Amino acid sequence: MSQGVGVVGLYVHDQGEALDFYVGKLGFRVHTDARNGDYRWLTVQQPEQPSFQLGLFAPQPPTVDEATAQTLRGIVAKGAMPPLVLVVDDCRAAFERMRAAGVEFTQEPVERYGAVDASFRDPSGNGWKLVEGRS
Amino acid sequence: MSGQDPRLLRRLLRAKDRMDAASHEAWPIARLAAVSGVSEAHFARSFREAFGLPPHRYLLTRRIERAAAVLRDTDLPVTGIAFQTGWSSLGAFGRTFRDITGESPGELRARQQAASHQLEEAPPCFVAAAQRPDLNIAVSEKRRREAGSTTDGSQPTEVP
Repeated sequence: MSQGVGVVGLYVHDQGEALDFYVGKLGFRVHTDARNGDYRWLTVQQPEQPSFQLGLFAPQPPTVDEATAQTLRGIVAKGAMPPLVLVVDDCRAAFERMRAAGVEFTQEPVERYGAVDASFRDPSGNGWKLVEGRS
Repeated sequence: MSGQDPRLLRRLLRAKDRMDAASHEAWPIARLAAVSGVSEAHFARSFREAFGLPPHRYLLTRRIERAAAVLRDTDLPVTGIAFQTGWSSLGAFGRTFRDITGESPGELRARQQAASHQLEEAPPCFVAAAQRPDLNIAVSEKRRREAGSTTDGSQPTEVP
């Protein structure tokens, strides 16, 4: 595949904290971690999905002004960012593993409409649905 | 946009998440404040500033959303649904349900079950959130407005 979405970014409150979460707790790996002064381009990826990078970006000057950065951090912290979905083979097993690692779950696994799903948040407030892939 | 500290907002979100996860349970301010790690005095005001409605009104929208979903998706009796979604009285449930949605639980069930569900392909939780009642005024105020009267002295409590 040579065309498609390569990077989608999330706003996070603190990139170091986000790195610990996505790599240390979710099992992602770092794809790129490049710094230039205060700016840090940080992307991670799910090991089985090498064509896609999840960007973990901090809203900060000079990309946006400080007041806007504060607004964006607030929006994330209120859980108002759009839905994110993480697909796993076995939702209950992933839930147990992630919960043991300290992930904040907002909904335990539930079976509905023939599929199992759960919900969790990253430390910044981004909300993820953990969904069992339908084969 | 508020100037609330994002760290405070994140903790307030935790209280909102907890109500989402167990909207059938009782959520007195003391319990919510403890989840957020703020004082009871600050909690209700901070929550309202963050999310645009008081915590108990938010809880009400979640209970109605839950009840509407169970009405649509099951054939359970209305009484059972009322208790299962957190009401202690069938009368209060029916009255509040009608005040908020504009129809009785039975009417909503009949209409929803007859309609085709075009949102079936979207993940159910997101659909549920999108169909949550937008309760931007107090239920008592909604009642008053719909009654077309400003002389109604009764103030039914909003907390279910």
